[in-house]
Amino acid sequence: MRNVILFIRRYFTFFTFLFLQVLSLWFLYSFNKFHQAQFLQTANELTGKVNGRYKKVENFFALGDENRRVHTLNDSLYNLLSRQYIETDTTRRLVRDTVPSDTLNKYRRYYFRPAAVIYNATSGEKNYIQLDRGAAHGITENMAVLNSDGAAVGVVVNVSPHFAQVMSLLHVRQKVNVALKKTGDFGTLEWDGVDPGLLLLKGLPKSVSVKVGDSVVTSRYSFNFPPGYPVGTVAEIVSDPGTNFFLLKVKPAARFYNLQYVFVVENLQYSEQAQLDEQTRKRIEDPKRNPR
Amino acid sequence: MSELIRNSIRFVLFLLFEVYVLNRVPHLHRFISPSLYFLFILWLPFVVSPRWLLLIAFVTGLTLDYFTQSPGLHASACVLIAFVRPFLITVLMPRDNSDFNYREPSPQSLLWAPYFIYVLILTLLHHGWLVLLEWMSFGSFGDFLIKLIASTAISLLLIITVELLFPRNMRYRTNVGG
Repeated sequence: MRNVILFIRRYFTFFTFLFLQVLSLWFLYSFNKFHQAQFLQTANELTGKVNGRYKKVENFFALGDENRRVHTLNDSLYNLLSRQYIETDTTRRLVRDTVPSDTLNKYRRYYFRPAAVIYNATSGEKNYIQLDRGAAHGITENMAVLNSDGAAVGVVVNVSPHFAQVMSLLHVRQKVNVALKKTGDFGTLEWDGVDPGLLLLKGLPKSVSVKVGDSVVTSRYSFNFPPGYPVGTVAEIVSDPGTNFFLLKVKPAARFYNLQYVFVVENLQYSEQAQLDEQTRKRIEDPKRNPR
Repeated sequence: MSELIRNSIRFVLFLLFEVYVLNRVPHLHRFISPSLYFLFILWLPFVVSPRWLLLIAFVTGLTLDYFTQSPGLHASACVLIAFVRPFLITVLMPRDNSDFNYREPSPQSLLWAPYFIYVLILTLLHHGWLVLLEWMSFGSFGDFLIKLIASTAISLLLIITVELLFPRNMRYRTNVGG
C-alpha cells in the first residue's frame, strides 16, 4: 500500500496530465449531449457579454453599409407581407357567429424577429454564430436565421436566456432542404468543410435541367425555413455518372464574413409538423403494428 | 510589475487577439488556421511548477474553447504542450548555469537556436494534436499532413514576428553586477 502511494506521489504530475487530458477529451466528445447543460449556458452568457462589447465597437464602422441594406430590404418587405400567410381550406369551413379574428381567413405561419450577430466564425469546419437574443426574447431551437437581405444563414441550435447559438450553413453537420427557383425541384444543401465560398446541393435528379447561374431558394418542404428565400446561385455542375443525381456547387447568397443583423424566423406550426412527422414514422416503421 | 499581473495581462491580450483577430481574418487558405494564443504557455516563467503549468494551460485552452464553441479541443492541445514543456526546457537550457538569472523562456535566455527548436516542437505538437482531433471526425491523412505543416509554418512566422516586435529582456534584478 505504501508503495502504491509512493508511486502515485512520484508520478503525480503525469497523473494530473492524464486527468486533464481525459477531461478535455470528454468535453470534446460528449459535446452533443453536453451542450444542453447549464454549465455551458453560463459560459455562453459570459463570452456573450464580451462579444457584445466588441461588436458594439465593430458595428460603428459599418453603419453606412448596413443602413443602405436595411433600407432596400424595408422597401421590398412591403411587397412581401402576404407571403407570411397561408390560406386555409375554403371548401369546408366552420361557420361561427362571431366575427373571425382575421377576415381574410389566413393564418400567420412565420414570425420574424430581428437580432444582432455578436460572434461569427468562418474559419473552421464547424462554424457557429452567436446572436444577442435568447430564450427571454422568445428564441427557441430549430428556428431559421436569415440575414438582412433575406438570404439563408443557418439554424438556431442552442439558446441561453439572453443569447442564441446558430449553426451556420458553413457547418459540416448542417442539412437544409432547398429548391431550384426555376423548376421547384428540391434537394439537400450541405457543406464539406472545404471552401466557405461553395456549398453543396445533393439529391437533385438528373432529369432536371440546371444551368450555371440558376437561383437556389429555400424549399417549401423545409420545416424551419420560410419558402422562397434566396440561398445562393449554382456555380458549378458536377455530373457523376455513377448516380442519378447532380452534385451542384452553390455560391451562397449570404455573405458570412460580414453578418451584422439577422432575422430569426419562427415557423409557428413547427412543433405540430415535427410531431406529426415523428408520429408517422413511429406508426409506419413500428414492426409490431405492421407485420409485413 | 509582478509576475502574476504581467502574466494575467498577457493571458487576456493573447486570448482577445486570438478570438477577435486571428479567428476573424478571412481565410488565407483552407489548410491554414494559424494560432498564437499558446505562446502564453510558452512564455510562462521558469518557476511555475509542472502541475500548475498543466492547470494554467487547461484553463487557457478552455477559455478559448468557450469562445470558439468547441469545449475541450484547445484545452486538450494546451495540456499536452504544458506537459512536454518542462522536459524540453531541461534539455535545451544552457549548460553553464552559474549566472543564469532569466525569468522565462525567451531568445535571450535560451539563445536563438535552442529557443527556435523549443517553439518549433511545441507548435508542431499543438497543431498536430488539434488537427488530429479534427481529422478523426472527418478528413484524410494527406489533408492532415498538409494542414499541420502549413498551419505550423504560418504560426511560427507569427511567433517570430512577435518575438522581434516585443523583445523581452527579463532578468531578475540582482545586486551582483551584470
